[in-house]
Amino acid sequence: MNDVILETHDLTKHYGGVFALEAADFTLQKGEHVAVMGDNGAGKSTFVRQITGVEQPTRGKIIFDQQEVSFDGPLAAREAGIETVFQTLALADDLDVPDNLFLGREMLKLKLGPFSILDYKGMRDATLRGLEKTGVKIPNIKNTIRNMSGGQRQCVAIARTATFHSKLTIMDEPTAALGVQETAQVENIIRTLKENGEPLILVSHNMRQVFDLVDRIVVFRRGRIVANLKKEETDGQDVVAYITGAKTDPAYELKEDD
Amino acid sequence: MADSKHGIGGLKYDTSKRHWPNEANVFIALILIVLVFEGLGLFTQGNSFLFDSKGRFDSIFNEQRLKIIILQVSIVGIIAIGVTQVIILGGIDLSSGSIVGATAMIAMSFAQVAEVNGSPNPKAIFLEQGWVDLPLIIPLIIGLFCGIIAGGINGLLIAYTRIPPFIATLGMMVTGRGVAKWWSKGRPISFPTEDFTLIGNGFGGWMPVVIFISLAILFFLILKFTVYGKHTYAIGSNEEAARMSGIDVNRHKVLVYTIAGILAALAALVLSSKNLTAQSGMGVMYELDAIAMTVIGGVSLSGGRGSIFGTVLGSLIFGVIISGFTFLRLDAYYQEMVKGIIIVGAVVLDQWRQRRVASRA
Repeated sequence: MNDVILETHDLTKHYGGVFALEAADFTLQKGEHVAVMGDNGAGKSTFVRQITGVEQPTRGKIIFDQQEVSFDGPLAAREAGIETVFQTLALADDLDVPDNLFLGREMLKLKLGPFSILDYKGMRDATLRGLEKTGVKIPNIKNTIRNMSGGQRQCVAIARTATFHSKLTIMDEPTAALGVQETAQVENIIRTLKENGEPLILVSHNMRQVFDLVDRIVVFRRGRIVANLKKEETDGQDVVAYITGAKTDPAYELKEDD
Repeated sequence: MADSKHGIGGLKYDTSKRHWPNEANVFIALILIVLVFEGLGLFTQGNSFLFDSKGRFDSIFNEQRLKIIILQVSIVGIIAIGVTQVIILGGIDLSSGSIVGATAMIAMSFAQVAEVNGSPNPKAIFLEQGWVDLPLIIPLIIGLFCGIIAGGINGLLIAYTRIPPFIATLGMMVTGRGVAKWWSKGRPISFPTEDFTLIGNGFGGWMPVVIFISLAILFFLILKFTVYGKHTYAIGSNEEAARMSGIDVNRHKVLVYTIAGILAALAALVLSSKNLTAQSGMGVMYELDAIAMTVIGGVSLSGGRGSIFGTVLGSLIFGVIISGFTFLRLDAYYQEMVKGIIIVGAVVLDQWRQRRVASRA
């Protein structure tokens, strides 16, 4: 079992009386790419928010890299090695690419508290290496985010994961707002991650994309995991049946007294 | 491989593709405005605006006018350095003028001489306590401390009660002016010590300019090369992203507003020293002049963009316009009207530029 990078047991989140996530048991192997699917409000985003420390679960355990963790914020998760590409991207529009990648964890030449001197060259070189590793193509990294297309912005957000040698990447609908070409570019980056053996959780609505990119599909419905499907053993219609509730994986069937 | 200036792999670090800096536009505006005054001067007065057309000076420039231009903006310029940082942060500071008033009164009351022309100083506030003829360091520290308190309160209110900066600093503006009037019950405070007068009159009267330019250079470098600067731009650009990146946004806001307070207090010391007196009405409207210089200098009111260099150019435009109106013998009333138009015009330009950039991306 040493190949497991992330495991959750009985992960549960209640917002007041709303059971947004209920008893999620989830496992991710090293190097594995898993898609998380489900209708709006099915609990996918809630699930991601617990793992990335944006919210704290009501109940349950998260075991990351063989250790039980509880993150008090997104930065703690990031420091532990979980890098997230949020839907909102969380980029500062007026800063350039290296500035954004290193925001909040700048390389320093000289430590002087808040007036520490920045190591621009070091950050620039690390950025170029990270971009190369992910296969991201950005014409000029000195450009501010404001001057970039949606696809380039997405790439910058993704490149963060490569620059910091994260142990797990989570992407929340990375291509939802992109055009055809830009989507292809992002998908190529995801394939590069796969070749490098970096594990990924991909939240997506795009069936074609999911079948193209991942090894396994986990379906959420009404706050619960209802299916855990190997890509080879399923097809689009099958997955849709699980998403809409026409089918439930026997392994995840609710017990009668539940 | 990391040493290559041209980047790694197929990627480029291309300095030639850098965008035309905004400051260049401001500089061109400055030149154009000077040219307009030159033209109007030659046409209506038969006199040059900036050049020595009557052979009164040794150089080709009208030194007197140049000195007036930079001297009259240097004190508000010191404030504008702080206001620039606050605006880049995405905030606003309306309290600087009142901080100038309150600080001038309080600091000056600790900088008074014991005797004037052989008799006890009639204006001395702390004559009975014997707090007269104090060394320069005491009013200096007390003055800067006033700035720290006022700016710190601004920052704490904005960061931790989440009230809009406009309201928090408006409160400080009214309160600070109240403190300035209450301190001596409205009476002016005069007769500072010899040492104190140097803050505003040293270097043959150039001291305010020296202080303004050194601070401008210092904070230009700080904003460009330190974590403090990077985080200021990041918060002004996208506060949520800054928070998610782990920046302590609240602490940083307190720091920026405190620095703005300190700079306003410093301006108060220079101003009261230069005028040899402190009055409770000192610094009225300075906050708006400082904001105007900042905005004219290309700093975006929506935060995230601009530089101290732009603000220095903005302050020069400001000075040129005021001197230009005097040079053309136009009424002071027109100055204020035109000032207002320029401020609005600068913001309209910024909005227009922003929309153009947004539509291109």
